[in-house]
Order: sequence, then structure tokens, then C-alpha cells
Amino acid sequence: VQADGTDGNCVTFVLHDEDHTLGNSLRYMVMKNPEVEFCGYCITHPSESKINFRIQTRGNLPAVEPLRKGLTDLMAVCQHVLNTFERSMKEFRAQK
Amino acid sequence: AMAAKRGTDEMRDRVVLGEFGVRNVHTTDFPGNYPGYDDAWDQQRFEEAFRVDIIREEEGALEFDMVGIDAAIANAFRRILLAEVPTMAVEKVFVYNNTSIVQDEILAHRLGLIPIRADPRLFEYRNQGDEEGTEIDTLQFQLKIKCSRNPQAAKESSDPNELYFNHKVYSKHMTWVPLGNQTDLFPDADFRPVHDDILIALLRPGQEIDVLMHCVKGIGKDHAKFSPVATASYRLLPDITLLQPVEDEAAEKLQKCFSPGVIEIQNIKGKKVARVANARFDTFSREVFRHESLKNLVRLARVRNHYIFSVESTGILPPDVLVSEAIKILMGKCQRFLNELDSVPME
Repeated sequence: VQADGTDGNCVTFVLHDEDHTLGNSLRYMVMKNPEVEFCGYCITHPSESKINFRIQTRGNLPAVEPLRKGLTDLMAVCQHVLNTFERSMKEFRAQK
Repeated sequence: AMAAKRGTDEMRDRVVLGEFGVRNVHTTDFPGNYPGYDDAWDQQRFEEAFRVDIIREEEGALEFDMVGIDAAIANAFRRILLAEVPTMAVEKVFVYNNTSIVQDEILAHRLGLIPIRADPRLFEYRNQGDEEGTEIDTLQFQLKIKCSRNPQAAKESSDPNELYFNHKVYSKHMTWVPLGNQTDLFPDADFRPVHDDILIALLRPGQEIDVLMHCVKGIGKDHAKFSPVATASYRLLPDITLLQPVEDEAAEKLQKCFSPGVIEIQNIKGKKVARVANARFDTFSREVFRHESLKNLVRLARVRNHYIFSVESTGILPPDVLVSEAIKILMGKCQRFLNELDSVPME
């Protein structure tokens, strides 16, 4: 991860060894944050597997915070999806 | 005002298929886009609305619905199922003797594509640059087979099954050769290809194949042979609405425009009236738009957050295990970046 920006509010993170799989889902979670003014990602070159992930916050929130919150929220979503899926599989198999 | 609200609701949660294009494709429910809607992320609201329904489970194939999740995350699961869930597959083939018609490299390519029944979670990835392979990251298989003539065959027979022994090399001829302490590590294990009847090569008398194969753990991103799914795909739930009542001949015509089971004709007071029975079966061929009289009577749309997943496994791991592993891999990715964020001080 590298960060780049003039002040703490607008930062472009470079995430190595990542592609649309994490990029798009993380972008969605960060965009859901009302403090974020802009969030986007792009793949610098299709031959290299790294993405530029940019976050701009409104106000004085440092840009790392929405990133951290987005990652934590995404983990919580995955955990809930996993629990719901496994519970549904168990119920489905039980009533078969 | 009610019509305006209906319009925004449609924009928010339906993808509409028009005659010449698809509208409202992108997710727009982010905070600030719609006045009066609170779109900020709320874990509790998500958990209340989210559900997973398992529709069908057959051997190796699973169909389930995920409702209440966004395209970005559903697509992430699909991408991970295809390319990032690890499996074991033949990587290195040591050819001791190959006098068959099949060239060495073609034979090696075919052997690599054979799915191997070995739980990849029991193994580690091989370190880069490590040529030898240790017992924790490699599975060894041997294929040693020689074709010979059958002396008891009838004189005039031309059927190769009678004339020759071992002229067809199947995947069941691959045998596991334990490395190191693998017999102790895996006492009940039965490592072999998933399917016994994959034809690898054809031989004639005098030809023989003697190869030793090393299987390693890899992911589909590296080579498609490591992909654990025959395919993993999803589609959105179709949503068909009749804008006006459709009767008699038009109803019959409408029924033919859709896949069987979607539109049913009811007999109400002697008139035939069409009704949407089950939109889920439709494959959206958009036949309706080809008929001038019918095209304004229906609205074809898809529900934006209802995903019908179909996962078919190659047999290495059951499909529900694959889905669980894919979700854990996405969590692993997030954790990796959270750890980095916490360890590296940002200036």
C-alpha cells in the first residue's frame, strides 16, 4: 500500500496484487460512507496487477479512516454472508 | 408525487430492459444521491434484509439465491470462485519414457487439466524457486502403462478392444506415490483423479508411457487448470409486469413470447386473461418487443439486488464448501490490508 496526496483528505492508495475483485467491492463500501465526497478506483495497466484507489473526504476527516471503515464493513458483510449461507445450507439439508 | 416516488424506486432497485438498451444499470443508492432516502451503510439494515435461499443441490452443482446484496460484492464472490480458490493439479511431468503418438508437451498439458481429488486445504503452496518439492506441498502420481498384442484375439478381428491390451490410457491408471511421511500424514487418504474414465492417450503394441507427475497447489489466476468450478455464474431475478390487462388472443400471443411457465392464462368470467405466474423461469429473449401490439403492454426488468447463483464444481470440493472458501478468501484480502494499514504508519 502506498499513499500520495497534498493533505490528509484526498489520498490515492496504490494496492498491489489486487484487481476488480477487491477494488469494486471496496469502492462500494467506501461510497456508502456519508463522509466520503469521492471514491473511485482504476487499474493502472492490465499487465500489472495493482489498482489506484482514491478517496476524498468532505471536511477534515483523514482519508485513511473511510478506507479502514470500508475494509472493516466489508469484512463484517462477508462474515454475515458466510454465516447466513452456512445456516441456510444446514437447514436445506435437514429438511431434504 | 406518488408517481415520482414510484419512478425513483424503480430507478433504485430495478434494472429495466428497454427495446433497444438496458437502463438503470449502475447502483445509485449512495448517500446524498436521493433526497429523503438514508443510504449510508447500516450493518443492521443489511442483516435484516439479507437472506440466502438454497434452491437445488445436486451432486456437484448448487443453485442458490442471494437477496439484498450489491453487484460489486456478488461479482467479487463469482470472480473468486473462478480464479482464486486454490486446488491441486499436475504441474511438473517427469517423462521417463514416452513412445506414444502423443507428444510430451501435449501429454503434459492433458495431465495438468485432469482434476485431482485432493483437499487443497491440507497442503501448502510451494515456495518460489523450490524445485524439489517437499511432502507438505507436493503430491506425486505415476502413470506407467505399456500396450501389448493379445495372442488370443481372433484372426480376422479388427476391433482394437479385442486385439490389444492397455491400448487406451485412462486417468484410472494414475497411481499415487506417497512422498516422505505422507503415508503417516494421510493414512486414510485416497488421492486419485476425480473421474476414472478420462481418456489421456491411445497406444498401439510396443508403445509405452512412463511418467512421474508432481501436483502442486495453485489458483485459477495462474492457470485455468487450478479453477475448482466447472463454472460459477449468476443472473438477476427477472421481474415482468403487465402494464395493462391482456386478454384473449393477445394473451395467447403473450404466453408464447416468454419461456414456458412464465405467463399463465386464467379463465375469468369466460375471458382468457394473462397473468405472470413465475417470472424466475424467463430467459429474457425479448420476443415481446418484436410484436407491435404487445411491446407496450409489458415492462421487462430485473431486481437489482437478487442474485441467482449457479455453482458447478469439478468434483474436487463440494460446491457449498467452494462458496464458503470464496467468502473466506475475500475476508482474507480485507484482513491483509487492515493489517498493513495498522502496521505501516501513514505520513
